[in-house]
Amino acid sequence: MLSIDALSKTYADGVVALDELSLRVGDGEIVALVGGSGCGKTTLLRLIAGLDRASAGQIRLDDQTINGPSANVGVIFQEPRLFPWLTIEDNVAFGLNQLSAFEREGLVANALTRVGLSGHGGRWPRELSGGQQQRAAIARALITRPRLLIMDEPFSALDPTTRASLHRHLLSLWDESRPTMLLVTHDVEEAVTLADRIIVMQPNPGRVFETFPNLLARPRVRLGSGFETLSRQILTSLDQSLKPGMPKAAPAGTADAAWW
Amino acid sequence: MSLLASETDNAAVPRLAAGKPGLSIGWIAGFALPVMVAALWEGAVSAGLANGRLLPPPSRIGATLWELARSGELATHAAATLWRVAAGFALGAVVGTVLGALSGASELLRRLMDPTLQALRAIPSIAWVPLFILWLGIFEASKVALIAVGVFFPVYLGVAAALAGIDRKIIEVGRVFRLGRVAMIRRVTLPAILPAWVTALRTGLGLGFMFVVAAEFMGASEGLGYLLVDGQQLGRPDRILAAIIAFAVLGKLADGLLVFVTRPLLSWQDVSRNRM
Ligand SMILES: Nc1ncnc2c1ncn2[C@@H]1O[C@H](COP(=O)(O)OP(=O)(O)OP(=O)(O)O)[C@@H](O)[C@H]1O
Ligand SMILES: [Mg+2]
Repeated sequence: MLSIDALSKTYADGVVALDELSLRVGDGEIVALVGGSGCGKTTLLRLIAGLDRASAGQIRLDDQTINGPSANVGVIFQEPRLFPWLTIEDNVAFGLNQLSAFEREGLVANALTRVGLSGHGGRWPRELSGGQQQRAAIARALITRPRLLIMDEPFSALDPTTRASLHRHLLSLWDESRPTMLLVTHDVEEAVTLADRIIVMQPNPGRVFETFPNLLARPRVRLGSGFETLSRQILTSLDQSLKPGMPKAAPAGTADAAWW
Repeated sequence: MSLLASETDNAAVPRLAAGKPGLSIGWIAGFALPVMVAALWEGAVSAGLANGRLLPPPSRIGATLWELARSGELATHAAATLWRVAAGFALGAVVGTVLGALSGASELLRRLMDPTLQALRAIPSIAWVPLFILWLGIFEASKVALIAVGVFFPVYLGVAAALAGIDRKIIEVGRVFRLGRVAMIRRVTLPAILPAWVTALRTGLGLGFMFVVAAEFMGASEGLGYLLVDGQQLGRPDRILAAIIAFAVLGKLADGLLVFVTRPLLSWQDVSRNRM
């Protein structure tokens, strides 16, 4: 279980990016974070990844305090961030250094198949499309079987079709070891498709605004009425999170305002 | 040197000559102008329109080159020059790489070293010659030192800039995988700066060939630079031009060798980026 307690982050320039944020994510749960620009989503993920230090508060993963990068935490960034000097295979195997070449090969071949890249292992990153590169990045993050996978807008640079296929690949890989996943997205449909729980954050300072459990059965169809209703609720909440002074009742239909 | 410089410019033009047909046409096109000018000059001299005393026709330069090669003179001079360039290049490249790495890796060291080195760089390197001669004598040591100075600066600057400009995002990936200091350098930093390092070495090598001429002007009994001075004193422009051609060929070959030995390390880059 990932437990975040009263986590605060104030940057050197005085910006309060996170203010006493608390959050629990259960084992194997998929949680999506949505929220307007600048509400501290990236800040939160970087703290969990151990790439930055919190000003106050605590992050624990199964009762181990996180204060630096951990083998139990995998990260997928917005960009693939593959090493251009390594082949796709070697990129995917980057975190498997301690294993024998034989073990590595087997794991890499399986991971590449899972993300639909078998046959591409020997190619250079520059020879792959953006979507293929991001799939390799997903494989690289999941091959070490982290207990927690955090993703900061991992599909935002991709077109809708590619995005949908990456959702399937991600869920397929996730199914192997069922890590806890924390995903930041600007795409409410993506959040509803993937997550068991959607958390709306508010800016200035960054806090949890509202939480939506997602009980829809998988695989989730965009056209189902439950999908539609939940998406609308989240969009409404997003709107309100950006103008906290406003009353909470927004008529349905006006929800898809430009909150981002 | 000009040959080396134009080579670097070529590298910036993507894929012009990458395809097979484009390659052969580009190849021929590049030769068309010099060959035409040479043929015209050859014709003009043999038709008696010009006497070719100050600018000998290609045939005479070729004959001189052949004569120099046959007598073994050319090999002696070329070997002397190559030895100096190699020694100066090795020295300058090693020191430049080490200091560049220190300056790029540590902000404190950069603040300590960089201003001094930048100030030294502002001095035209040839101005060191008298001092080097006083310190190191007129023989090989002062020549190698001068060449090393020429090689040092582009290598130092290239390595320091590459380290400073390394993509923070890719370093973060290394951090996520919890690489230690040594592993980070070996698995991320070094491969990331390799292309810039090779480019810096090539620039340094080009300057090394420029500086060996200056070094050999300041009193040498052998070397292609000596051949230049000798040709001037004997009033033999054909020998001067023969030496210049030898310089161009050696410079190009040395650069080609550098590209060749580093190519396996850079195979992940676009092919056209690293063309010879
Ligand atoms: N390195 C930094 N130094 C100073 N301030 C920062 C830094 N990174 C982020 N901030 C500030 O912290 C706040 C939260 O930023 P953060 O990047 O976490 O937002 P976000 O929710 O990820 O936004 P977006 O949706 O646009 O990606 C912003 O006000 C931002 O300006
Ligand atoms: Mg962000």
